[in-house]
Amino acid sequence: MSDVAISLKSVRKSFGATEIIRGVDLDIPKGQRHAIIGPNGAGKTTLFNLISGRFPVTSGTIALNGTPISGLAPHEINRRGLSRSFQITSIFPRMTVFENIRCGLLWARGYRYSFWHLLGRQKSLNEQSERLLERLNLGARRNLPAGLLSYAEQRALEVGITIAGGADVVLLDEPTAGMSHSETDYAVSLIRSVTEGKTLLMVEHDMSVIFGLADVITVLVYGEVIASDVPSRIRANKAVQEAYLGTEAA
Amino acid sequence: MSADADTLPRVTAATADVTPPRPFLREHWPWLAAILIAVVMPWFFFNWSTGRHSGFVLTMLSEIGLMTIFALSFNMQMGHTGLLSFGHAILFGLGGYCTAHALNAIKDGGLWLPTELVPLVGGVGGLFFGILFGYLATKQRATAFAMITMGMGELVAAAALMFMGFFGGEGGVSTNRVTGVSLLGASYSSSWQVYYLIVVWVVICVVLMRLQTMTPLGRMANACRDNFERAQFVGYDPRMVRFYQFMLSGFFAGIAGGLYAILYEIVTFDTVAAPKSATALLATYIGGAGGFFGPILGTILVVLLQSGVSLLSNAWLLYVGVLFIIMVMFAPGGIVGLIGAHAPIARIGRLRELAVPYIRVLIPGLFTMLGVVALVELASFTTIGASQGKKLAVGGLAVDTATALPWIVAAAALLLGGFWLRREAAAFRRRWDALMDEAKAQGAAV
Amino acid sequence: MEVFLVSLLNGLVYGMLLFMLSSGLTLIFSMMGVLNFAHASAYMLGAYFAFTISLYVGFWPALILAPLLCGLIGAAIEMYGLRRVHKNGHIAELLFTFGLALIIEKCVQMTWGLVAVPYRVPAGLDFPLFSVYGTNFHAYRAFMLLISALMFVSIWLALTRTRVGLIIQASLTHPEMVGALGHNVPRVFTLVFAGGTALAGLAGVIGGNYQVTEPSMAFAMGPIVFVVVVFGGLGSLTGCFIASLLMGLIQTFAIVLDYSLADLLKQLGITITSSTPFAEVLSVPLPRIGALLPYILLVLILLVKPRGLMGTRDT
Repeated sequence: MSDVAISLKSVRKSFGATEIIRGVDLDIPKGQRHAIIGPNGAGKTTLFNLISGRFPVTSGTIALNGTPISGLAPHEINRRGLSRSFQITSIFPRMTVFENIRCGLLWARGYRYSFWHLLGRQKSLNEQSERLLERLNLGARRNLPAGLLSYAEQRALEVGITIAGGADVVLLDEPTAGMSHSETDYAVSLIRSVTEGKTLLMVEHDMSVIFGLADVITVLVYGEVIASDVPSRIRANKAVQEAYLGTEAA
Repeated sequence: MSADADTLPRVTAATADVTPPRPFLREHWPWLAAILIAVVMPWFFFNWSTGRHSGFVLTMLSEIGLMTIFALSFNMQMGHTGLLSFGHAILFGLGGYCTAHALNAIKDGGLWLPTELVPLVGGVGGLFFGILFGYLATKQRATAFAMITMGMGELVAAAALMFMGFFGGEGGVSTNRVTGVSLLGASYSSSWQVYYLIVVWVVICVVLMRLQTMTPLGRMANACRDNFERAQFVGYDPRMVRFYQFMLSGFFAGIAGGLYAILYEIVTFDTVAAPKSATALLATYIGGAGGFFGPILGTILVVLLQSGVSLLSNAWLLYVGVLFIIMVMFAPGGIVGLIGAHAPIARIGRLRELAVPYIRVLIPGLFTMLGVVALVELASFTTIGASQGKKLAVGGLAVDTATALPWIVAAAALLLGGFWLRREAAAFRRRWDALMDEAKAQGAAV
Repeated sequence: MEVFLVSLLNGLVYGMLLFMLSSGLTLIFSMMGVLNFAHASAYMLGAYFAFTISLYVGFWPALILAPLLCGLIGAAIEMYGLRRVHKNGHIAELLFTFGLALIIEKCVQMTWGLVAVPYRVPAGLDFPLFSVYGTNFHAYRAFMLLISALMFVSIWLALTRTRVGLIIQASLTHPEMVGALGHNVPRVFTLVFAGGTALAGLAGVIGGNYQVTEPSMAFAMGPIVFVVVVFGGLGSLTGCFIASLLMGLIQTFAIVLDYSLADLLKQLGITITSSTPFAEVLSVPLPRIGALLPYILLVLILLVKPRGLMGTRDT
């Protein structure tokens, strides 16, 4: 049990009369890079929102490292070591790039709601932020308001904020959406390096990204898991080809 | 000003903590200059022949001082946390009431506290009520927060008129700042002593509030303002961030209220009522929310308008309203935003080229303004002034508001000035846009 | 019983007046997100216009002309002011209307003077209609009820039976979708703003002589209208209607029920003396806190339901 990072047991979610997630069971072992794919409207982002606590589940349980987290507020789940990014870039646009990263670090470094620590004096915190900025290749942009970064840079920053706090479990929602080929290649290598040794759960549409990164792929169609396996076998899976890859590959 | 300049995200204050350390003087000279001005200001109005300070000027400067703290504490909520409060004055006023009671207790000998530290009583009172009201109000954000604070403001204002024990009803609570207990041996019987006490407290509060923006809480308040959902996913509870900000803001508002009690020696229900809250909002917005200079500039302007223009004109609220609408329509970033919009042009070193266009706009602008003011004053003297038995006089020359001539002159000034202004404004805009494009081309826009 | 009936009727009159004022604001607030501080100013302008017009041509033309004038002013404000400010965000819009409210109050003072004007109930309606247990019910109050009811029905018909009404309804809950469907949203905004202002003006025409027509009436009425709109909930005219009647009834009944918490406690066998803690708070009679009840309710409901009573969406 303890080697399972995220565990979903018959999770359901309805919006009004529409059931978006129809009983999902999923176990993601620690250290695995796991991708969720599926056609539009399959409920991938909703599943992310359930796991990260943005929406409450209608029924079923979600556990993080063996302890149930369904019903907790997003910040409580985050404090237990789960962090996520958003499909639509979600950063702090009026603050500088450096500040964005540092905000991602504050809680994890134990600063809580302190109004007596002067951030300029927190040497190790600032150095850690700088190091992360360098890893994200954003060092040259550190004093720019984040809202002025290019799209690809904002996505990189988004990943940066997500992993800054050192969460063991990282959820990335379409990290490469809308990127050019070279930007995607860079993003993949970035994600690979920053999630080293962590559990990664990602939603992605770009098949080259998925087959390049994921250890295991789960296919979600209309709120149900129709397959969950290693990439090579997913590629060969008839049901998956019909439901999803069939149209995509054609 | 070009649309791009307005829509650019504004960088929040305090990037200073990440740039390499600079000499103290070079970095902080505007603040030191401001303190110096505050210290020498009363002496410009000192009457050397009688050897007395101008009471009016000292009171006005003191009012500017304490309202600066009040506006900045409001800005802790509005500018830094994105919380628009319609009832901020309750923290100010309740702090004032606490201080008045404390002063009375000191006078009676029931409490020992030097006058220099009495504003702290207001601060603690503001903190207490900040916790009380903040606990409820910060459960919500955005419009719901604004409405809850409006309701609380109305409730406290009404309670202040209703309950004699704490609020003294309509008469308020009178007090006496001359308690005879002082650290410095000052009696605070003369207003210059009170003024310098206020200056010291303003400096302390401004420094503390500025430092607060550079702490984890201060930064996360900005983060919650920009994107509260993201803040949740980095481990912060936005509600708690709002709560702590509200609480601290209450502390500073309370200190301002305490200084108010010391300055006027009476605290009435006006201090908790809606117009007081509105003053903070006006000052902060006109000056420019978010930073630190904005609310200070705004406070100076609003208090000058309040105490200066209200002496000269019945219609001062009208002028405030017009100024406000012009600011909202043409300078949403406030005075600071207006100045900041010039930065790209300044960076390419061509600010000088704007001087002539500015002068050309200014002349018809003045004309239009004179027309408006004349019309307003004429109207105001015909109705309100007449009922108060006042006569309009310009430069010692009595003007009969019942005749047509002054009205025609005023209307003509307004119309001609208006048309002229439109033409010059268009020319100005062209010049501005051209310079802006130039700046952008040279990469100086950011 | 007689007190109850009379208060019920009076509460109804006041509640309907509130609804006339706040229905327009609910529409404006829900569609455009503008918390219009100048809305109660339109109410005041309506009363003053009606006063001046009725001096020359009598009350009945004023009943039509004054709201029309207010509507025109509203349209002008929306087209030349708000639309410009819109891009600067909601706080800017709100402050714009706040500045307007200041200007309108000052202009009213300069035109009509600082003290109340003698705007009276028309002579034709100035008689007691019927009496309940010896208390007269004034014909003008019945007239107010009638006008409000007519207005209520016509709003309802306009919203449910006309094309524009349906667009307005749609944009109450999904303002961004309506533009996507190709409707001329700015024109609908202008229409709603003008309509809402005209309604407020109408409320002023029939409310100004019922209450007092003075320069401070806008700032006295403003917060209550906000309370009704927010209490009722965004995007819900029904919520607004319920909230209006509720506030009207509460305020009317609070005036006639002369009790305090101390009386209640006495019933329970606890006597309040001046030495009891919070004696002052406990012994305040209900009529004195009547004006406060709406705010207490507002704070309470927002703490529990931030969307208000029947709100369909967040702000």
